[in-house]
Amino acid sequence: MKIDVKHTAKLANLPLKEEEVKKFEKQLSEILGYIEELNKVKLENVQATSQVTGLEDVTREDTASPSLPADEVVSQAKKKHNGFFEVPAILDE
Amino acid sequence: MKYTPVIGLEVHVELKTKSKMFCSCSADYFGQKPNSHTCPVCLGLPGALPVPNKQAIEWCVMIGLSLNCKIPLFSKFDRKNYFYPDLPKGYQISQYDEPFAVKGSIKLSSGKMIGITRAHMEEDTGKLLHETINGERVSLIDFNRSSVPLVEIVTEPDFTDAKEVKEYLQKLQQIVRYLDVSDADMEKGEMRLEPNISLRPNGSKGLPKYKVEVKNINSFNFVEDAINFEIKRQTEILESGETPLQETRGWNEDRKKTISQRVKEEANDYRYFPDPDIPPIRWKEPDIENLRNKMPELPEEKFIRFIKGYNLSEYNSEQLIRDKATADYFEEAVKIDPAISSKDIANWIINKKINIDKILPATLVKQIVSAQSVSGVTGEELEKVLKTVLESNQKSVDDYKAGKTNAIMFLVGQSMRELKGKEKADKVKAELEKLLK
Ligand SMILES: [Zn+2]
Repeated sequence: MKIDVKHTAKLANLPLKEEEVKKFEKQLSEILGYIEELNKVKLENVQATSQVTGLEDVTREDTASPSLPADEVVSQAKKKHNGFFEVPAILDE
Repeated sequence: MKYTPVIGLEVHVELKTKSKMFCSCSADYFGQKPNSHTCPVCLGLPGALPVPNKQAIEWCVMIGLSLNCKIPLFSKFDRKNYFYPDLPKGYQISQYDEPFAVKGSIKLSSGKMIGITRAHMEEDTGKLLHETINGERVSLIDFNRSSVPLVEIVTEPDFTDAKEVKEYLQKLQQIVRYLDVSDADMEKGEMRLEPNISLRPNGSKGLPKYKVEVKNINSFNFVEDAINFEIKRQTEILESGETPLQETRGWNEDRKKTISQRVKEEANDYRYFPDPDIPPIRWKEPDIENLRNKMPELPEEKFIRFIKGYNLSEYNSEQLIRDKATADYFEEAVKIDPAISSKDIANWIINKKINIDKILPATLVKQIVSAQSVSGVTGEELEKVLKTVLESNQKSVDDYKAGKTNAIMFLVGQSMRELKGKEKADKVKAELEKLLK
């Protein structure tokens, strides 16, 4: 099973060196091959699900309660400025 | 023109719930201190558990119902994965293949139906500011808006010109305001518009191979300008034998043009999957009926009721129902004095541009009553009375004709006495001057 490692790395926001591309291509292909095994399981009578708890309709009423103190929110940030989180410039769209 | 525009719309409406979509932080973020309305959930901290806001979900369904959508009995939330600094979790909680509302429609005044593909619930992102600090270009993030509830309403590519788009947007804004689920204030970003525009040769069926999305539009007039600009730009490209690029463009109001922002080389790969943190929503038919019954009268119904119930013209009805406050004001004024016709009240509100926040309905009706009692004579009666006055005051008439124009004031006074104040003095004076010519 072939995998586009560069595309996958881009989606995961991970920088890869050229040698890593080769290394992970091999590893990920093996993992995919291993997971392929699951295709052998007979699933005709099994419904797909993304939930295993059986819960439904878990909601909350629309009431507001106090948030975290603003200075505490940014206290762990690598960089901050006037109460904002600061990050390297993002292209202004 | 050799081409027909193919236009669809995505509109985001911010709901005015008290709390955010998945946490109980206050959703009233406008103008607040940065990051003062945040918690582990809306900051995307590990281990936080999002719990959906019931009110927001119900309002999303109501928006769907008011757009004649079907409400599937099963619905769920999905994760839309992408990296951007205003999205702390690395994904946005949205709805992918099982949204709250699908397959609706809205009718334009021409009778043309615009298909509504879907209306789904999602969360807003944080806000980015771009600044230079100590000579370095940086972006600043405020997560107060992060996770504020948004409803996205997507239409079919059914529009063929900018006018239709503008009318649809006005109707949609009216509806959410009538439902009282959003103020839909464009300047505050509570309603955001993204038209997608392409052209196909006249008479051909099927969709063009490309699509241009336009962002950064914050008024209905700009959406019209942006669409008209794109139609012209794309026509020129097509006529030169080329195909416009599939891309996202931004509207630049100062330059009155759209500017390329991002060319889509590859399809977005959002890797949607069901959010495992949020159990699905399952409705029973009566739940939907309950929500339907909770909905107020919508603009379209009010428009028809005003025409039939109050004998108004389509124009007057349309003017009055534009916003609910004016419509309510009119109905209140109508109840006050049965002697005053609903038509007169409508005309006063519309033509005199009554400030409904300052003048009480009862005061307005009083004004109409006194205006009507002043003008209590027909033109014919007025002329008869004035002629009699002129005949019995020959001296003043002679004085006036001899150049003593002040003499007319005596004639006005005599006429007013005869009319018992049923006409305004300046009108009487003007009529007398006509007769004396
Ligand atoms: Zn929060």
